Amino acid sequence: MNEEEKPRIGIFICHCGVNIGAVVNVPEVVEYAKTLPNVVHAEGNLYTCSSEGLSKIKEAIKKYQLTRVVVASCTPRTHEPLFRSACEEAGLNKYLFHMANIREHCSWVHPKEPEKATEKAKEMVKMAAAKAALLEPQEEPEIDVEPTALVLGGGISGMTAAVSLANQKFKVHLVEKENELGGKLRELYKLYPNDCYTSDVLEEFKQAVRSNPNITVHTSSTLKQSEGFIGNFKVTIDHKGKEEPFDVGTIIVATGADVLKPNGTYCYGQSKNVVTQLELENIFKEKTIGKPKNVIMIQCVGAREEKEGGRNYCSRICCAVAVKNALQIKELSPETEVFILYRDMQTYGREFEEQYEKARQNCVQFLRYDAENPPEVIQCSDGKFMVKVHDILLNATLELDADLVVLSTPLIQREEAKELSKLLKVPLGADGFFFEAHVKLRPVDFATEGIFICGTAHSPKTIAESIAQAYAAASRAGIPMALKRVRTEAITAFVNEELCTGCGTCVKLCPYNAIQKDEYGIARVNDVLCKGCGVCAASCPEKAINMRHFSDKQVLAEATAALGGA
Amino acid sequence: MSNSVLVVGGGIAGIQASLDLANRGTKVYLVEKTPSIGGRMAQLDKTFPTLDCSICILAPKMIECYRHPNIDLLTYSEVEEVKGEAGRFTVKLLKKPRYVDSTKCTGCGTCMEKCPVKVPSEFDMGLGNRKAIYMPFKQAVPLIATIDTEHCLYFTKGVCRVCEKVCPSKAVNFEQKPEEITAEVSSLILATGFDVFNPSAMREYGYGRFKNVVQSMEFERIISASGPTGGHLVRPSDGKEPKSLVFVQCVGSRSQHGEFPFCSSVCCVYATKESILTKEHAPETDVSIMYIDMRAVGKGFQEFVDRAKEEHGIKYIKAHPGGIAEDPVTRSLQIYYEDIPTGNMKKLDADMVVLCPALIPKEDNRRIAETTGLELDDYGFFKSRNSLTAPVDTNVPGIYVCGYCQGPKDIPESVAQASGAAARAAETIMCTTKGVKS
Repeated sequence: MNEEEKPRIGIFICHCGVNIGAVVNVPEVVEYAKTLPNVVHAEGNLYTCSSEGLSKIKEAIKKYQLTRVVVASCTPRTHEPLFRSACEEAGLNKYLFHMANIREHCSWVHPKEPEKATEKAKEMVKMAAAKAALLEPQEEPEIDVEPTALVLGGGISGMTAAVSLANQKFKVHLVEKENELGGKLRELYKLYPNDCYTSDVLEEFKQAVRSNPNITVHTSSTLKQSEGFIGNFKVTIDHKGKEEPFDVGTIIVATGADVLKPNGTYCYGQSKNVVTQLELENIFKEKTIGKPKNVIMIQCVGAREEKEGGRNYCSRICCAVAVKNALQIKELSPETEVFILYRDMQTYGREFEEQYEKARQNCVQFLRYDAENPPEVIQCSDGKFMVKVHDILLNATLELDADLVVLSTPLIQREEAKELSKLLKVPLGADGFFFEAHVKLRPVDFATEGIFICGTAHSPKTIAESIAQAYAAASRAGIPMALKRVRTEAITAFVNEELCTGCGTCVKLCPYNAIQKDEYGIARVNDVLCKGCGVCAASCPEKAINMRHFSDKQVLAEATAALGGA
Repeated sequence: MSNSVLVVGGGIAGIQASLDLANRGTKVYLVEKTPSIGGRMAQLDKTFPTLDCSICILAPKMIECYRHPNIDLLTYSEVEEVKGEAGRFTVKLLKKPRYVDSTKCTGCGTCMEKCPVKVPSEFDMGLGNRKAIYMPFKQAVPLIATIDTEHCLYFTKGVCRVCEKVCPSKAVNFEQKPEEITAEVSSLILATGFDVFNPSAMREYGYGRFKNVVQSMEFERIISASGPTGGHLVRPSDGKEPKSLVFVQCVGSRSQHGEFPFCSSVCCVYATKESILTKEHAPETDVSIMYIDMRAVGKGFQEFVDRAKEEHGIKYIKAHPGGIAEDPVTRSLQIYYEDIPTGNMKKLDADMVVLCPALIPKEDNRRIAETTGLELDDYGFFKSRNSLTAPVDTNVPGIYVCGYCQGPKDIPESVAQASGAAARAAETIMCTTKGVKS
C-alpha cells in the first residue's frame, strides 16, 4: 500500500432484526465507529444482508470512495461471500472486506448484559477496522478441471452417480472392491414397494452402467493413493496388485455400509436360527424358510442404545425392513406367526406407513417393549427358543416360542472407511459415517472441494434415498466439470526466500502436502494445494513464511486494538 | 431444443435445484407463486438438529438466486400451461400485477408505514399484521412491495392511494396489468412444497376455539425473533409466559379413519427442537411431548432426542390424546389422554398446547398435474416414476420432482433431492441436445 494513500474505511453495523439490535445499542456503536482512524463512513442497517443492505454498501463504496469495507453482523461462514460479492460488484477487490461477528460472539452470548455487550461490540468493530486498514487485494487463481470423475463403490449409489455423470457427458471411472457390481443389494431377496426381485433391479442398473461408453468399470479394485485437488486429482487404483493411475477432476464416495453383527447378544452366533435381517434375506433367496410356527423379530438390536458394541443412532430402515420381511414370511408361509418386538415403529413417510398398516391387517403381531426392559432370548433344549418380552401395550410379560429369531441390527460404517477418510482427507462423524460439509444445506458435499458423498456411507438410508443422493452428488460434481474451470483459495502461505534456511520444518508439518523444497533447498508452496491453515507460518523458526490476508502485521494490529492500543 | 430449465416453487428445494443448474451455466426460470422466494424454511425459527437459525442459512441462498446472472426470478407468478416434451417444453406463465414497478421500488418500506389497512400476515401465520401494500417478511427476495387487491382501499372502495403519494421512487402503479410470459425449456422441476393441515377439523383438540391451542407453524413464528411477539414465548390469550407446554404429535396424520394415513416424517424431531428452544427461552417451563412412536430417523436425530431428554429435561409421553378442555376463566388447558404404557386415561394440565398437524400436499398440485399430465398419488403428492428406483423422475419424461411435494421429507433430504433433480435436468439437456437418448 502506498504510504500517502490512506485507507478509506466504511463500516456497516447490522441489527439482524432483534438478534443483535435488541441487545447491542447499534446506533451507539455506529457513532463510535465514526470516530475510529481511517473511517469515513459508518451506518446501521436492519438487515445488512438484505438486498437493500447490500445496495447500501455498494452505494457507499461509490459515494465515499471507500477502499475498505467492514460489516459487523453475524458469522462470515454464511455471509462473507455475500458481502464480498457486493464489494466486488462495486469495483472493490473482495479481500478488502472484513467482518466482525457481533452476533454469535457478542449479542447471542451476552443477552442479559446489553451495556457490556455494546462495549464489546465497539471493541470488535475497532479491531476489525484496525485489520481492515492493512488489508491488501488478493487474487484467486483459476485452474482447469479434468472432466472425469472417480466414483468409489459400485453399489446402487455408485452406479446411479456414475450413470448420471456419464449422461452429463463426463468420463467416469467406477471402482468396486468386489469382483462384481451391486454392493449390499446383492444380498437382498425382494424389494418393497413393487415386490420386485433385487436381482432384476440390479441387472437394470448394471446394464445402464455397462452400456454407457463414458463409464470404465474397475472391479476387484480399490483406491490406493490420492493426491491433488479439485479439478486435478491424481489417483491410483489397485487392481489385484496391479496399480493403475488416473487423472480425475472430482471424486464421489459411495462406499456403502455394513450391517452390525450382534455377537454375543440374543444367542446370536450360537445357533443358525438366530439371524440378522440381512441373513434372513439369504434364507429367502435359498428358499429354506420352510414352515416355521413362530418367527420373532427384535428391533433396535445394537441401535438407539449406549451399550458397548452398540450404536446410539437410529438406523432408519430397520423397521420398514422388518415389516417387509414379515410380510414376505406371511406370503411364503401363511400359517407362520410373525411377531415384531419394537420400541418405536419408524415407518416414516407415506409408503412405509401403508406397509405397516398392511402388516397389521395381515396379522403380523407388534409387541412394544421398553428400552430399559429389553426382551430375552433363551435357547431351549430342543434347539428352539423362548423369547420373553414385556409388552408395554398389554402391560404383561409374554413368553413366546420361536423357531427363528431375527435381529434388526443397524447399518454401520465399513471398517475400510477409516483408511479412505485418511487417504482423501475427508472426515468421519461421531457415528462413524462420513461427515458432510453442512448437515442441512450441503448434504452431499465434503468441506474439501471436489469430493462428494452419497448413499449409506453418509448415513443409513433407503434405496430411493440413496439414489436421490447419488443424483445429488452427480449434480454437485458436475458443476465444476461443466464449467471446466474453478477459482481456488487466495488465502495461502508464501515464503520469503531471503529468510528461508531450507530447514524443512514446514515441509514435514504441512497437512496438505502443499510444501516442497526446490532445487535450491528453498521451501515452495503449491498455491492450489495450500488451504491457508497457517501451520507452516506459525512453526517457521526464521519467520520466513507469511499468510496472505492473515499477515503478522494485520493480526498484530487487530490484537493491539483489542488490548486498547491504537 | 432448449437449454433452459423451469423450476416451480421457490422454497429451499426449488432454490437448491435452481442454484445447482445456474452454477453449471444453465439458464433457469425460477417461478414462485407468492411475492417472495424462501418458502416454509423462511418461516422457521431454527432448524434441527444443529439449531442453526433458519433464515440466516437460507437468506444467502435466496439472495444468490436473486443476483445470479443465469436465474430469471419470476415471483408472484404461476404456471398456466405446459406443452411439449423433454427437450422442448413450452410453458405459459402468468405474472400477476404487484401494482408496484419492480424496476423502481427500492424496498424502503415507506408505503407500508403509511398504508392504513392492516391485514393478518400470512408469513406470521395470521398472528401478526401486515399492510395491504406489503413485503411478506424483512428478508424477502426480491424486496419489492406488492398491493393486495383484496384489502387495498383503492381496489375495494376506490379511495386512498396513499402509497402512491408517499413512494419516494414513484413505483406504485395502479394500472399494472397481468403479464403473460412464455418460456421454452428443456425440462421442468417441480418443488411446490407443503401445506399445513388445519386442525380445527378435529374439534376434540379445540384449535380455533381455545386461544392457547396453537399449531406448530404458528409456534415457530411465536418463538422467532422476527415474529409477531419479537421472539418472546407468550401465549395468545393473555400474553403471559406459559409455565407448562405440551406438544401433541400426529394431529391428522397417521390416521386410519379419515384425515391422512401417512406420517409427515418431521414432526417428532421439530417438536423436540421446539421443546429445546422453549427451554432456552424459559428454562423453568415444563415441556412434554405426547407421541405414538418417536421417529427420529435422520442423521444425528436420535442423539438430538436423547439430548432433549437428558440435558433439557423434556418429558416424552407415549400417549393417545383424546381431547382437550379449556378452563374458561384462566384459559388454561387440560389434555385427556390414554397413557400407552398403562392403558389408563389420564389428565395433564398445560398453559399452552402446540398441535403438530399433518403436513399435506398443496392443493395447487392438481392444477399443475392436469396441465402437465403428471400423476398424483391418493393424497395429492406428485408420483415418482418408480418410488424405489427413480425417485426424482415422474411419469412424464423431462419433468422432475423434489422436496416435500413428492412425499414427506426433511430439509437435507429435500436439498439432496433438489440437487438430484438438477442432475436429471442436466442429463436431459445433454442427451436431447446431443441427440442421445437418456
